Parts: sequence; structure tokens; C-alpha cells
Amino acid sequence: MEIGVIFAGFGGQGILLAGKVLARAGMDQGFEVTWLPSYGPEMRGGTANCTVVIADEPVGSPIVDSPQILVAMNGPSFERFAPKVAPKGTIVANSSLISQGASRGDVRTLFIPMNEIAQDLGEPRCANMVALGATVKALGLLPLAAVIAAMEEELGARGREKLLAVNREALLRGYSLA
Amino acid sequence: MSTVEAKAPAGFAPVYTRPKSLSAARFTYCPGCHHGIITRLLAEAIDELGIVERTVGIAPVGCAVFLYEFFRCDFVQAAHGRACAVATGIKRANPDLIVFSYQGDGDLAAIGTAETVHAANRGENITVIFVNNQIYGMTGGEMAPTTLPGMRTVTTPEGRDVRTTGYPLRMSEMLAQLEGPAYITRQAVFDVRHVQMARKAIIKAFQNQIEGKGFSLVEIVAACPTNLRLSPPEAGRWVAEQALKYFPLGDLKVRE
Amino acid sequence: MRVLMRGNEAMAEGAIRAGCRCYFCYPITPQGELVEYMARHLPRHGGVFLQAESEVAAINMVYGAAAAGVRTMTSSSSPGISLKMEGISYLAGARLPAVIVNVMRAGPGLGNIAPAQGDYFQATKGGGHGDYRLIVLAPSTVQEAAELVMLAFDLSDRYRVPAMILADGMLGQMMEPVELPEPIPPEKIPPRPWAVSGAKGRPPNVISSFDLDPYRFREILRALWDTYREIEEKEVRWEEYATEDAELVLVAYGTMGRICRTVVRRARKEGLRVGLFRPISLWPFPSEPLRKLAERVPVLLTVELSAGQMWEDVRLAVEGRAKTPFYGELGGVVPTPDEVLREVKKHVHS
Repeated sequence: MEIGVIFAGFGGQGILLAGKVLARAGMDQGFEVTWLPSYGPEMRGGTANCTVVIADEPVGSPIVDSPQILVAMNGPSFERFAPKVAPKGTIVANSSLISQGASRGDVRTLFIPMNEIAQDLGEPRCANMVALGATVKALGLLPLAAVIAAMEEELGARGREKLLAVNREALLRGYSLA
Repeated sequence: MSTVEAKAPAGFAPVYTRPKSLSAARFTYCPGCHHGIITRLLAEAIDELGIVERTVGIAPVGCAVFLYEFFRCDFVQAAHGRACAVATGIKRANPDLIVFSYQGDGDLAAIGTAETVHAANRGENITVIFVNNQIYGMTGGEMAPTTLPGMRTVTTPEGRDVRTTGYPLRMSEMLAQLEGPAYITRQAVFDVRHVQMARKAIIKAFQNQIEGKGFSLVEIVAACPTNLRLSPPEAGRWVAEQALKYFPLGDLKVRE
Repeated sequence: MRVLMRGNEAMAEGAIRAGCRCYFCYPITPQGELVEYMARHLPRHGGVFLQAESEVAAINMVYGAAAAGVRTMTSSSSPGISLKMEGISYLAGARLPAVIVNVMRAGPGLGNIAPAQGDYFQATKGGGHGDYRLIVLAPSTVQEAAELVMLAFDLSDRYRVPAMILADGMLGQMMEPVELPEPIPPEKIPPRPWAVSGAKGRPPNVISSFDLDPYRFREILRALWDTYREIEEKEVRWEEYATEDAELVLVAYGTMGRICRTVVRRARKEGLRVGLFRPISLWPFPSEPLRKLAERVPVLLTVELSAGQMWEDVRLAVEGRAKTPFYGELGGVVPTPDEVLREVKKHVHS
């Protein structure tokens, strides 16, 4: 078993963090994982993406030809990565920024208005956790509680209780919508 | 390396002896070269302060490349210009050591300018002896960053033209502008009075390090009779009359 | 306990656990996290962290700290390593143990910051001037990155030969679970009677790479090369994966090595008998095991993030016993497993 997940979006959308939380949760559940960021100037604004691989044996390639899951947080990411998704794979698309309808027939596409949900929760920056919640459901491999715990560990010292609470809520909302 | 044995004949008392921190190795400097005086002053300072057992010297690339042969203390041979960086590494690794570098003008003021400026600026607690003889002696008399305007060298056969090669670099004045250094001074050794002053400056530069005051540099305006094509007395006079016009002596920075 | 770490962080932590107490650096991407980690953690272990004015200064500070008898390290990426080459040659000549980490990026020149393996020649064939070698170790996982940094310190001490970790931007940036090795206790670090520590009760120690007498210098270098021969005998490291029945074996190191592991799995699923030979020590290069492999495997396909550098060592080892095709990418482009698999299929049939 080896599952590739690509998270992609604008810099500042919390793409790298969402991937890290998933990787950490995978590790905590005893899986082998890798997390590979796109790095460089694009880290400061522009596009950002990262690849997470979860496997039950040591991971070979941390780069993925065709991910089972694509999390597309904006239009350009959707256009760039959607054609690469494995047949029968899943696209978790941010319908706040991606127009619905234009997707492939051989994959399952979940359109979720992540920005609106995050606004609803009073914390626009937690759209990434909405996306991650939906991803965890689509993945069907990790218990949500493990992902919540990993999120809390990642946010760690910089996470105040209020921030942790809203991110927990965001994960739950995303999870319930997938 | 040839050695020298100083032995007073029966009935004579030696009044001028080899400093204890010098080995028996014969200096490799040319006759009349000021390096010989400066190296001896350095040894006298180390003796006077009683620090030979915890001193580490950094030998440069240049005429003093064999410095480690002359001393009875630990030594590290550095790459050209890097002595201040090497000294930084040693001193940071073992702050109990007394660390000095001994560098010429090519080493310290051309290829090693960055290492020198930044060690000074960090206020590294080291002692730097900077021998400014306005020439690349070892490689055969090429222009140095400190070569005087109009001065003939093998690479400025018509004399140094400041329009194409710039002006002599006054390192001590530059370094004295920085907050980091504790002590920057310029001395000379062309006569007895100046030798005594230089000796005191070198001792002070080591004393500063012992007291943890920080970066101390003693520049010594020196003569290279061989490349000046002058006799040793003439070369000394040349320093006094020509070089000091461009490199005035005295303390440039003293932080008490 | 497994922790999730970046390769850069794991190398820094490995160094601290190996007893590195002086670290000198100059910032460059993509090894920034290594610098940051050292800045945060090394002082807490009583170590010295110093950001130098240049890579040249940093390596010469390493030279000084190594001379003073401390376990010391510097890290950089390709263009910065070029600047360090002068100091590395001096370390080798003066027989000072030290560890240099190169998190490679694409060159020549300023190039870019994407992962590449174009510094293989520089690392294994000299790079600096003169007759010397470095011990060169190439990790392919974050776990191995931590372990090989620690091994590099041990080997460097044992032989008094500087050691280089040849990683790349992808390994430096990626995160993976790591089981951190136990720290090396200070008493296990070999004593350094040759270090400059003050000539008290002993003759002066001199650290130098200088001898004007060619005949004497020849003897010094002969002794150095005796050491290199000993390292070649004892310190060759490599990994083989699914080579027993292979008709084609991929030869790849570092990041490319782990990508090729995935290629082997995919090829096997399709019924192709493909294996992997992954050199871990690039110098000494595992020539002998590769030669043995070449006697029973008809095709050894070298894959690198370069125009073919390790490939030369592969061909020298194999000496015509097998076919030795090459596939490489340039400029920081990393081939995906499928792209490598397509290349494999040009040489092997199901």
C-alpha cells in the first residue's frame, strides 16, 4: 500500500501545514510517510504545493507521478494537477476559488467552499484544515482523532486553545462534508 | 632547518640571549629584514607574559611562512589570508588558549581583507601582528595593497600608478572605525626607540587578550631591503622618510 | 520514538549527537534549516555556532576548531562548497578530521536551488587542489542522513581524513520519520594528542600541510595514500535491493536511489526482473561488489541527477562485463518513477 496526496494552492493558504499534519498523523498511526515541499522563492507567495506519501513499507520516491488524492485550494493548482490524478482517485477542490463542473469523469471530485466555511468559523486561515478534514475522510485510512492530535502537535506552542478549537472544528466540518 | 647555538666564551656573561619561546631554528628571513626584529619582539612578549605553554600561533603564507619553526609553542599553518578565520576557530573552540596571527600586507590586506575586517568587527579575542612592508617579498617583489604611489615593483615597473591600481590601503585606519576592536596601533622598528615602542605595543596586544578585552592589532611598518634594492640602513631610512608619510605611526584605537 | 524531521534538521541533530561542538556556516538555500537548527540547538549543548562572513571564512574556522581538537562541521550547498574547496584541501593536507555537508543544488554557476547531483566529481575526485580524497557518504533517507552524519564524524576521526555528506535539496527539504540514534558519549570520542592545546609538558604541536622538500612531502603523501587504501579496503558501503534474479540493475545514489526503489517495485509488479544497487559510500566507491554484480547481470543502468558523473565510476568498476547505459536529468529536474521505468523498458523485456 502506497498512497500519494498532493496539496496545492497559493502561498499563505497553509498548504505545507496541511500536508505536515497529514504526514504526522500517518506516522503516529505507524505508517511510513514522507512530506516533500515545493521550495524556493515560491514559498513566499505565488504557488505552493507539497506531496505526502503514506505507505506500509519504507517509502521509495517522495515524488508522485499520479496522486490518489489531490487537494486543490485554488484554480491554477486545480488546472496543473487535476490531469495527473490517478483514475478512480479523488480531488478535494476549493469551490470558493474553483468553478464547479469542469472536472474529469474518471475521478471523484468533492467541491467544498473552504473559504466560506472558514469565514463562518471566524478564522479565514483555517480553510486548509477544512480541506484536510475532507481529505482524511476520502482517504479512509486514518482516524480523525489522530489527525486532530497531529494538528495540535504541529501548531504546538504557537497554537492557543482558541486557535486549536477553531482548527478542530474546521477538520470536523471538512470531514463531514466529504 | 639549520639551527644556531649561542654560547658565551669562558669569562664572558651573555647580555643578549635568545628568548625562551624561540626554538634553536635559524630565521629564514633575508639579512636586514625587519621580520627578524618583529619575530624576536613577539617572542620577548610571550616570554615576558609567561604564556608560551598556552599560546597558539597562526603562520601565514608569505615571508613568515616558517614561523612555526622558530617558536616553542603550538602552531597552525593557515591558507593565504585566512589566518583571522583560523584564529577565530581555534579561540572559539578553546578560549583558554592565547591565539595570535602573524600576517603580511598581502595576506592581511589583500586576499584576507574580509577575514580580517570581520574578525575585528566581531571583536574576536585574538592578537594580530600585521607586518606592512609595502611589497610581496616571498613571491619576488610584486605590488602589495600597501605599495606606495610611484613605487617600483616587478608588477609596477614604471612605479605604482594610482589611476589604475588604486592607493595604498590603510588597514589600521579602516579597522579603527569599527566598534569591535579593542586596540589598533601602528608601529615601526627602524631604530631602537621605535623597537622599544613596538615591543610595548605587542605586549599590550597580548595583555588585552589575556584580560579578554578583544581584538588587538599591531601594524608594523617594515622594510624589505631585498626588494627595495637597498642596504639595511638605507631601507630603514626609507621607511622613516617615505613609508611613514603614508602610514603615520601611533595608536588609532585604544579601548580601555 | 520516531520524530518527523526534515533531512536538514536530521543532519544537524546527527552532528550534535555525534559530539560536534563547533559549527560554522554561511547561509545558502536549500540547506537553510540545517543552519537554523544549529543556531537554535548547538549553544544549548555548550557548542559554538558562528555565522561567518563567507564560506571561505567558515571552512577556515572549521580548520581552526579542528586543529584545536574539537569535533566540527560546516554545511553549504553547491556554490558555497566550491568556495570551501581551498579550506577542504588544507584540511586534507593537514590531516584534520572535520565534516562538510553539501546539500546539492543545480549548477554550474548560480544555477538554481532545485535538487541535483552535479557535484559528484567535485566531492569524490578532489575538487580542491592536490592529491587527496574525502570520505564521501550519500544518504537517501532522512533516517540515513542522521546516521551517516554521525558515521562521518567517526570515520573522519579514525582516519584523520575529512568527510563529506553528499545530500541534495530534496533530501534536505523533505520530512520523514526518524529514530534518532543515541548520542555518542564524550569519552567515546577519540583523544587528539596532535591538537594545538598549548605546548605544556610536551613538544609543540604543529598543524600544517606544508613541506618544501619534495622527498619529505612525498613520504607524507605516501602515508596519506596508505590511509586511503585502508579506507578503500574497510569502509565501502552499499545497499542491494532485489538484485538476486535481476536482468537489469539500476545504479543510483541519494535521492535518485530512493526514487529507483519505487521504480523497482513498479517494474516487479509488471513482471520485469529489475533490481537496485545503491552506493552509500561514494568514496570509497563500491567497485568490487559492482564488478561482481556485473558478472551475472547483463545491464546496469546508472541513473543520476547529472549528465553522468558517478556513471564514470560504474564503467571503471564494470570494465565491460555488462552493458552500462545511462539516464540522467539536468538543471534540477527530478525524474519521476514512471519516467525512469520508461527508460528501464528500453533495456529489458518482460
